[in-house]
Amino acid sequence: MSHIHPLNPETMPNEPEKATLEGKNKFLGLWFFLGGETVLFASLFGTYIALRNSTAGGPTSQEMFGLELVFIMTILLLTSSLTSVYAMYHMKNQDFKKMQLWLGVTGLLGLSFLGLEIYEFAHYITDYGFTFRSSAFGSAFYTLVGFHGGHVTFGIAWLITIMIRNAKRGLNLYNAPKYYTFSLYWHFIDVIWVFVFTVVYLMGKVA
Amino acid sequence: MSIAATQKRSFSAILWDYLTTVDHKKVAHLYLFGGGFFFLLGGLEALIIRIQLIKPMNDFISAGFYNEMFTMHGTTMIFLAAMPLILALMNAAMPLQIGARDVAFPFLNALGVWLFIFGGILLNMSWFLGGAPDAGWTSYVPLATDSATHGVDFYVLGLQIAGAGTLMSGINFLATIINMRAPGMTYMRMPLFTWTTFITSVLILFAFPALTIGLFLLMFDRMFGSAFFNAALGGNAIIWEHLFWIFGHPEVYILILPIFGIFSEIFATFSKKRLFGYTAMVFATMLIAFLGFMVWAHHMFTVGLGAMANSIFAVATMAIAVPTGIKIFNWLATMWGGSIKINSAMLWSLGFIPTFTIGGMTGVMLGSAVADYQYHDTYFVVAHFHYVIVGGTVFGIFAGLHYWWPKMFGRILNETLGKWTFWVFFFGFHFTFFVQHFLGLMGMPRRYWVFLNDQELDLGNFISTIGAFLMGVGVIMFLWNVIATAVKGEKAEADPWDGRTLEWSIPSPPPFYNFKQVPLVRGLDALWIEKTEGNKQMTPGEPLDDIHMPNGSILPFIMSLGFFIAGIGFIYQVDHKLWYIVLYGGMALALGTMVVRSLKDDLGFYVKKEELEREAK
Ligand code: HEM
Ligand SMILES: [Cu+2]
Repeated sequence: MSHIHPLNPETMPNEPEKATLEGKNKFLGLWFFLGGETVLFASLFGTYIALRNSTAGGPTSQEMFGLELVFIMTILLLTSSLTSVYAMYHMKNQDFKKMQLWLGVTGLLGLSFLGLEIYEFAHYITDYGFTFRSSAFGSAFYTLVGFHGGHVTFGIAWLITIMIRNAKRGLNLYNAPKYYTFSLYWHFIDVIWVFVFTVVYLMGKVA
Repeated sequence: MSIAATQKRSFSAILWDYLTTVDHKKVAHLYLFGGGFFFLLGGLEALIIRIQLIKPMNDFISAGFYNEMFTMHGTTMIFLAAMPLILALMNAAMPLQIGARDVAFPFLNALGVWLFIFGGILLNMSWFLGGAPDAGWTSYVPLATDSATHGVDFYVLGLQIAGAGTLMSGINFLATIINMRAPGMTYMRMPLFTWTTFITSVLILFAFPALTIGLFLLMFDRMFGSAFFNAALGGNAIIWEHLFWIFGHPEVYILILPIFGIFSEIFATFSKKRLFGYTAMVFATMLIAFLGFMVWAHHMFTVGLGAMANSIFAVATMAIAVPTGIKIFNWLATMWGGSIKINSAMLWSLGFIPTFTIGGMTGVMLGSAVADYQYHDTYFVVAHFHYVIVGGTVFGIFAGLHYWWPKMFGRILNETLGKWTFWVFFFGFHFTFFVQHFLGLMGMPRRYWVFLNDQELDLGNFISTIGAFLMGVGVIMFLWNVIATAVKGEKAEADPWDGRTLEWSIPSPPPFYNFKQVPLVRGLDALWIEKTEGNKQMTPGEPLDDIHMPNGSILPFIMSLGFFIAGIGFIYQVDHKLWYIVLYGGMALALGTMVVRSLKDDLGFYVKKEELEREAK
């Protein structure tokens, strides 16, 4: 049994997330996955740009969008990216408690982002009658922004699962890659949001 | 009895083994059986199409049924036959070629194959549930959004599920090739099939998501009342065509590049020569893949994108012929002066060269945007893509199966029968499709149920149908060969072809851990190098030690089943809200399995050193 890598070595390596072959694979696999996700969102953005003026007589982006709310949402999500960086920093310092703490903050920020997004959608639907079905613009808007929101939701569920699963046993070489890939995924969601903010909201308000 | 040797096991034990396997070699078997089954089904559909067209104004099947037939033929052949069969060969050979014990994500590998199988079943259930999809494999809107039956819904969900599996395979192979090569196996020492698997995986990764989105939009329009393609609400049907072809053109290279890799292995092995122009081959593959993303609009020349767009896409399209030509000449030069052995694998490869070249030539003709106004949507296009897909992909799959069958199953396919199969299929193929060039030039449109009397189309269509039956005979002969080989085929040694690459350095079939000791690679054609230096085996790249292997799992199967059930729910919730129960039930099953997967540690197991030593005695 001697050479079986212990998952809880006496001294944790510097990069616990990439210390095992499984960890390296996960890390690389997630990067490739994000490459595919990029094309996925690029297709959605392309569709949205093609349809954003196809309002079919319904409300336009200029009429509806308010930048204040979206700005707050942006801040929330950007901050959550930062807190996940803190968490990874504590992972490298093997401070499991602090890592969980910052990840918890990340999750809460993500949840508040989602809450605001739901509020925003509800606002458009009730106040403007602007729905998924009202025009091609509506379909494209809710699909693009909704896909992003769906990714946030999935990310939060993922985060909660690994946080609960590992709460009692602390960091080891088996779960470190899981935390790390989550944080990569979370950054990606954040970057996508920056594009959503620019293409959908800024260009929608100004153009 | 060694752990690798097969014991007599009960049927249910074998079944359970396959349901829970994460071993790339068994996943390859699953892809092979699944893909082979759908290949037969797609072939049957092709024969029905050809019977309908054997004579003018035939009424063998109805017009509506004809539409379902050609839609399902194309969809089945591309997504459920060609792709899985290619994935079968990749899974069977690539990890062995790089000296790995499995792929990077064995669990995802199993998930991929089950998603494919369940997606394929879902798609084909449409036959029995009110009608198959009938809007073509390209499923253009508004034809597809207006199609009255649930057929197109089955298309959307079936392909979405199968496509997700393919995407996973792509990611998996990329991580495998980057992280799990044997010591000494630098990139430029990788066998060409591994290279093409790598580049094809990149194509899968960047092409499939466009289809994913296209299918989502189509699904939303058909099931949830969105308006992406609904012109009345400002929608735009051209978006579908763009998304489909941004996926679709790279897809045709996904179908051909791995095949180029197979032929490269075969030509080198059976000419007893190093592949000519290895570096050029690698870079030509990359160039083809790169250009493959720039040409999708050549499928849309007649849409009216404008002269500028058409010209750019026309030039880019024709440019692809250059790297492709480089490859053809490299294969010829590989054989030049070699000591050539012609067996079944080699026959398929030799048959491929002229056939595919013709397909490439008609491709360049089609790539001329001006001329394409004449060819588009005629049988000329049908002839073109069958020359490249059958003459390339299908020939290559047969070649690859003959070549790797010993490694996959431990037995050699019968050579006499193999050669007969080739000749029957080869002539059948050219009978079927060569005349279609002329039918197309004479103005016969594709996807029409009947053609008229006295249009001088009779003879050509008749010949074409006869040819199709010859191909059918060829396929049956191959099937016969498979069965005969399984029953009383010649047992294969480790290296039946005097091979050059690592897969031939281990037993046929390999033990489940593939390499007892991971080999040390000292150059391109690693095994050949050892042979020329008089070594019997590869030099080990590591001391004999415990081997870490992944655990089997039933979860991939259950997860795929969950998506399959959810797919049914999606399709029928339009008819009655109660189907939401099925939808959510299926989703809960799939997501629940994911959570289980996440919560339960899966640390794998070790094959003990002592056990390996005992086995060596
Ligand atoms: C030199 C390389 C090639 C060129 C220049 C080329 C060009 C073209 C063009 C311009 C079309 C559109 C014709 C039309 O619809 O009017 C076309 C159709 C097609 N090509 Fe190629 N092609 C090449 C190689 C291939 C390969 C290698 C494959 C597959 C292995 C392939 C598969 C197809 C398919 C499936 C279609 C028809 C799609 C459909 O409309 O259903 N082509 N090709
Ligand atoms: Cu194309």
